[in-house]
Amino acid sequence: MQTQLTINGARQSREVAPATLLVELLRDELGLTGTHIGCDTSQCGACNVLLDGKSVKSCTILAVQADGTAITTIEGVASDDGLHPMQAAFREHHGLQCGFCTPGMVIAGLEIVRRHGPGVSAETIAHDLEGNLCRCTGYMNIVKAIHAGAKAMGEAAHA
Amino acid sequence: MRDFSYARPLSLEGAASAFAGGGEAAFIAGGHTLLPAIKSRLRMPDTLIDLAGVPGLTGVTLEGNRLWIGAMTTHAAVALEASAIPALMAMANVIGDQQVRNRGTLGGVIANNDPAADYPAALLALDAVVDTDRGSYAADDYFQGMFATALADGEIVTRVGFKVPLAATYAKFRHPASRYAIVGVFVARFADGVRVGVTGAGPGVFRWTDAEAALSSNFSGAALAGVLLDDGDLNTDIHASAEFRAHLAGVMLRQAVAEAG
Repeated sequence: MQTQLTINGARQSREVAPATLLVELLRDELGLTGTHIGCDTSQCGACNVLLDGKSVKSCTILAVQADGTAITTIEGVASDDGLHPMQAAFREHHGLQCGFCTPGMVIAGLEIVRRHGPGVSAETIAHDLEGNLCRCTGYMNIVKAIHAGAKAMGEAAHA
Repeated sequence: MRDFSYARPLSLEGAASAFAGGGEAAFIAGGHTLLPAIKSRLRMPDTLIDLAGVPGLTGVTLEGNRLWIGAMTTHAAVALEASAIPALMAMANVIGDQQVRNRGTLGGVIANNDPAADYPAALLALDAVVDTDRGSYAADDYFQGMFATALADGEIVTRVGFKVPLAATYAKFRHPASRYAIVGVFVARFADGVRVGVTGAGPGVFRWTDAEAALSSNFSGAALAGVLLDDGDLNTDIHASAEFRAHLAGVMLRQAVAEAG
């Protein structure tokens, strides 16, 4: 059925089968392969995207359910000026190793800042990453990266 | 996934008629239980009817001594807005993870009635009323064992009214991966007595009447000496034995009472 979404700021209209998952539309139809499929059981968070500004697991939403919404994927996070402060913080603090979970972690980081603000504590970050799995890093540097990314977002907002 | 047709009606009447004409039909709310069930082919609907387009099914409102929550209200919204019952906010905040809470809904949880879901314990303990497009049920009559409810085929939950307690707490021992309750105990104290709902432990949510009697006469941990849950009716699975669940229920109950003060 005809489904219209705004993806990373651009309007998209696609004919999709109702059983198509949002992540399948993003990856297979639109070529936005930065959103990863990890567990496909809504546990690992590799498929996190922002739907109307809030993080969701795109493996557990039908594309047709997202009709009329605005989606931000990892490809839409950076600007023409360069990496988003949250992405830059992941690079600076070595918040990734193999990188498979990273798009979902960055989206989770943005959700954490939306909910708790740029002054969020490391303890809250660690707790709020309960829906994201990483099998390389042991999470320490991811927490550090989100902590620093949040702070940088706060500074950017007041600059 | 096996294909199905999809409808997003704009009224309850439209939803009911889509259901009636939909073959093997299922309503979808947040979809965080239903879609995994469809992926694993536990459910194979011909038609999915999305309730997201039906107005009036979201929001949190205090009316007299009841806190009414719309069936399509997400867990994330309840965690922020149900301030008349802080224990309910806290409970909503330990369902799944933030991404799940941004999508999952109260109505979806209780229509499915997973034996390890959190909300059913809250509905029993808070003496809730379940309103539907056809009528109304007391929570005590609504839950009827594993995945079974009083809902007729095609009946739609519209809102739930929770009785505001003097004090309440939810204590949950959760599975670290699925985040469902291995055992969850919701304790609510009212002027005329105490109600205790237990989820995760048995084949369906239930009230722990021995604990209620003990706490109604004396709301303290001391009153619970000798209060034990019989493991005869509890679940044994790969996560925990019935014996362990019975023990855990006692631990969660005492933790909830200590926190409720």
